[in-house]
Amino acid sequence: MIDPIHDKKLKYLEELANKVRQSIIEMLVEAGSGHSAGPLGMADIFTALYFHVLKHNPKKPDWPDRDRLVLSNGHICPVRYAAMAHAGYFPLAELKTLRKINSRLQGHPHRTALPGVETTSGPLGSGLSQAVGMALAAKMDKKKYQTYCIVSDGEHDSGNTWEAVMFAAKYRLNNLTAIMDRNNIQIDGYTEDIMPLESLRKKYESFNWHVLEIDGHSIEQFVDAVNEAHAIYEAPTMIIAHTIPGKGVSFMERDYLWHGKPPTKEQAEAALKELRTLQEKIQSKHK
Amino acid sequence: MINSDAKLNSKIFDADVEQRATREGYGEGLLIAGAENPNVVVLSADLTESTRAEAFSKKFPDRFFEMGVAEQNMAAVAAGLGVSGKIPFISSYSTFSPGRNWEQIRTTICYNDSNVKIAAHHAGLMTGPDGATHQNNEDIAIMRVLPNMRVFVPCDALEAKKATIAAAKITGPVFIRFSREKSPIITTEETSFVPGKSILVWKSVKPQVAIIACGFLLHNALKAAAELEKEKIYSLVINMSTIKPLDEKAVVDAAKKCGAVVTVEEHQIYGGLGGAVAEVLARKYPAPMEFIGLQNTFGESGAPKDLVEKYGMGVKDIKEAVEKVLKRKSTE
Repeated sequence: MIDPIHDKKLKYLEELANKVRQSIIEMLVEAGSGHSAGPLGMADIFTALYFHVLKHNPKKPDWPDRDRLVLSNGHICPVRYAAMAHAGYFPLAELKTLRKINSRLQGHPHRTALPGVETTSGPLGSGLSQAVGMALAAKMDKKKYQTYCIVSDGEHDSGNTWEAVMFAAKYRLNNLTAIMDRNNIQIDGYTEDIMPLESLRKKYESFNWHVLEIDGHSIEQFVDAVNEAHAIYEAPTMIIAHTIPGKGVSFMERDYLWHGKPPTKEQAEAALKELRTLQEKIQSKHK
Repeated sequence: MINSDAKLNSKIFDADVEQRATREGYGEGLLIAGAENPNVVVLSADLTESTRAEAFSKKFPDRFFEMGVAEQNMAAVAAGLGVSGKIPFISSYSTFSPGRNWEQIRTTICYNDSNVKIAAHHAGLMTGPDGATHQNNEDIAIMRVLPNMRVFVPCDALEAKKATIAAAKITGPVFIRFSREKSPIITTEETSFVPGKSILVWKSVKPQVAIIACGFLLHNALKAAAELEKEKIYSLVINMSTIKPLDEKAVVDAAKKCGAVVTVEEHQIYGGLGGAVAEVLARKYPAPMEFIGLQNTFGESGAPKDLVEKYGMGVKDIKEAVEKVLKRKSTE
């Protein structure tokens, strides 16, 4: 059981998520390439994972009993790197090396380069399979760790994803919790125009998964959903997290053109200014 | 003459030489590897019986996973198991694994450096009547090119068993190629198998040509060497059962000694054993070379042995390649 969120902790997490968003903007403008919308959209969930949900030790990233967090849609790795740096896996200054030569922060995450990222990912559709392998190994070895897997909505175009979905249900991997970033965009446009995915809930239910839907920007809803997922005995759980791509930066929000590009220097300044204003809003909300 | 140090099967040239498929060696090797190490697990993509994973599945049911016809998932699930302390073997036909799931093997197994063993069955022309869709003659090329991957092509069922056991003891990705069809037992239990080391199986006092072979065609290479000897053409024959990491020293030494090389493989002449040998010789000791293998073509249905002849991998073809390369050696 993960502790329910009380107001003080919520304020702390929301402030942290805002800092993670600022780090994302700073990283991307420095890198000059990369993805903006997805990382911003998932900042709340990654903050909740690294600062409330996961059993982990930033000083011992290979601790055998750690929870596994697999990022299948590797292109949103700036949010993972930012959350990891804030959690103490590596210095915040290293975030500025994203996508640069000799960096541990590869453009798509690489397991053997950066301890703690669990898998090498980027090519879509195969992350859930790898998470399934980890959950299966835990069952075989009677290990208590949980396996979490972040998947995108767009990668449900890929057959490999559904192969993993079937397998996880067959072996009743109740120690596996997948979290879908349902932000409705992919590179070429809106998911329902590119390749209609709905109804995702019905699809997963008919594949014998337990399905929950949440507001992906509500840390409370996310923590409650994870607790419900852990309580489900007979099936893996999919948490469909409805998110706003580009969340927190108004000119990026919901625009698929921000899927795969970084902000310019001017845009980054505007974004950081807006995010700093949000910080004040969080403080007044929790007074 | 046969190199006695290699401890080969004494009945190697007899008409009634024992014949077994290399896939049998996989099945037997899995049982041994599974008994030796409880972390060995097997994944099968709906081909458990024909890939000979069945015995393992019965002896170790808790360590066997039926994936269905889903080779991409099989590779990536294995990658997850492989970074979680398990030693997964993934069993399917070569056209599907590593054919269909090459990108998952590249990213989630090789780049991720996960401890996965790819058992590619029904490889090559020897799949016979099933036709060209099921005859992967490109697998060595697509596996050899991947960083972190090791590539084994056993010459008979005994070597296949040893390669399977050895793969379980290596930390990291390994590809092993197996045939459906029976082929002569060339080696014995005493013949050594060391990953990365070739074996000299035929030697001559003053060899004029080195024949470097892998897989069951090693038998044709040996027969060709024996017939050539009667015609006073002297050769070396090397069993190159590890294509990667290649035994470069053996290749260079053979080229220096003989001055001409013929490679023999049941694979496209591009990118496989011949390609690997040529890459080494181009850098270290350029020598005239001829390549036995498929000449940029797909196969077709037919009896395996007929296909081997039709597509230019028979004893006669190896002898002709030797004569051709010797002609080049004397004129170039």
